[in-house]
Amino acid sequence: MIEFQNIQKKFGKQQVLKSIDLKLEEPAIYAILGPNGSGKTTLIKSLMGMVKINEGKISFNGKTLAGDDYRKQISYLPQIARFPENLSANEFFSLIENLRGPAQRKQEAIKWFGVEEFLDKTLRNLSGGMRQKINLVSCLMYDSPIVVLDEPSIGLDPVAMIALKKWILEERAKGKHILLCSHLMDLVQELADEVIFLMNGVVHFKGNIQKLLEETGAHNLESAIAQFLISKKPSHAQSI
Amino acid sequence: MLKVFKYSFLDLMRNRWTLGYFLFFAFSTFGLLYLSGDSSKVVISTMNIIILLVPLVSLIYGQMYLYQVRDYVEILLAQPISRQAIFGGYYLALASALSISLLLGLCIPILIVQPEGFVANGWLSLLAISAILTFVFIGIACNLVLRFDNRLKGFGVGLFVWLFLAIIYDGLILVVMLLFENYPLENASLILTLLNPIDAGRVLLIFQLDYSALMGFTGAVFAKFFGTLVGSVVLTFGFGMWLFIPLMQLMRKAKRKDF
Repeated sequence: MIEFQNIQKKFGKQQVLKSIDLKLEEPAIYAILGPNGSGKTTLIKSLMGMVKINEGKISFNGKTLAGDDYRKQISYLPQIARFPENLSANEFFSLIENLRGPAQRKQEAIKWFGVEEFLDKTLRNLSGGMRQKINLVSCLMYDSPIVVLDEPSIGLDPVAMIALKKWILEERAKGKHILLCSHLMDLVQELADEVIFLMNGVVHFKGNIQKLLEETGAHNLESAIAQFLISKKPSHAQSI
Repeated sequence: MLKVFKYSFLDLMRNRWTLGYFLFFAFSTFGLLYLSGDSSKVVISTMNIIILLVPLVSLIYGQMYLYQVRDYVEILLAQPISRQAIFGGYYLALASALSISLLLGLCIPILIVQPEGFVANGWLSLLAISAILTFVFIGIACNLVLRFDNRLKGFGVGLFVWLFLAIIYDGLILVVMLLFENYPLENASLILTLLNPIDAGRVLLIFQLDYSALMGFTGAVFAKFFGTLVGSVVLTFGFGMWLFIPLMQLMRKAKRKDF
């Protein structure tokens, strides 16, 4: 179980996370949704220790996450696929392996996302989609109990997208906690077991998609989220 | 730290700018040696280039590279290593890559044209000061990148730091000298010189090359000071502080920063 207890974070005067309490009990796919600036990325980054929280604690299976070593348990996919420009993909993977230890599924992930052909190319010369595939391999080549994916679908072609979905579903079947941030509602609706809806640094909803659809009376996730935004933010209604 | 260093160093050594930096110094030193034929005169000309250019290039190139690192540093921050190891590794890699291309650019021409002049005429001091200035200004560049998320602001402050230490500071010393010309200012000017790494490097080289006579009585005081053990200790301490303080500040900032 991943537990966020009373997580608070301020950037200057702006309170981005306001006392977040969350329990992600069962291994499942959790989608973190919310409008821009709602605190999704800050919440994920506080789990990774990239953002230093002002209050609260985060624990996994009862152990508080502190220090640097706990990150061995988490595979993290950052939102922007940028790398050291003059290294090849192979060198980049070995940099990660040097820092983290040997990857259990490197060859499997390389094959799965079809990056064999550009392993020796300089990363500077790769297109956006190729870079995202390298990003995915560097994250998913580790068999960790927690997987955090921040906008994993950016720039992917349909073949890679299908491969990604299949991989995520297989990870779930292995009993992992998967946190997914995405603006693609179709992807979320297809994959997520639970939805966490954040707005202004507060959790407004946590539950499965069926429950969200029932509460809002919408027919799909996209309109459910829109309904949610309208009901919580009256000024937003006119612009939608 | 060494793992980050290794890959970042590899990345930097393949960078065209690093090669360009090496070629610039190689060609200019070669050209100066070819034109004057006297390695002691070339030391002074090269010193004038180095004193202005090394801090500027270290600051700007360091900032350019590190702002680019900021784009993918999340991948490294997600690994089980400390932030100090990550940023310490980048600092070392940048400072070493620039120092190596600079030192090779200076050494290769002199070893080809006048190998006997290499150990004489203050060449070794010139090399040491170039490397120290590179480390000092890469340290400052790392601090500026972590301090300013806005790149334009970061580069602006970087350029101002260079302008201040390389040019404005000397002007200020001159103003102080003129305002208090009725007082004995030899020791004060010595202290003020040591507070600026660029000036300290320049003065140290001038005294290595016996040009102190050109500076009159102040020159005599400086020459006497640099000749003593206390002088060497103070000078080493001054450079040490310029290396140590930015590095400590970098480690402190890296530990606390939100990415």
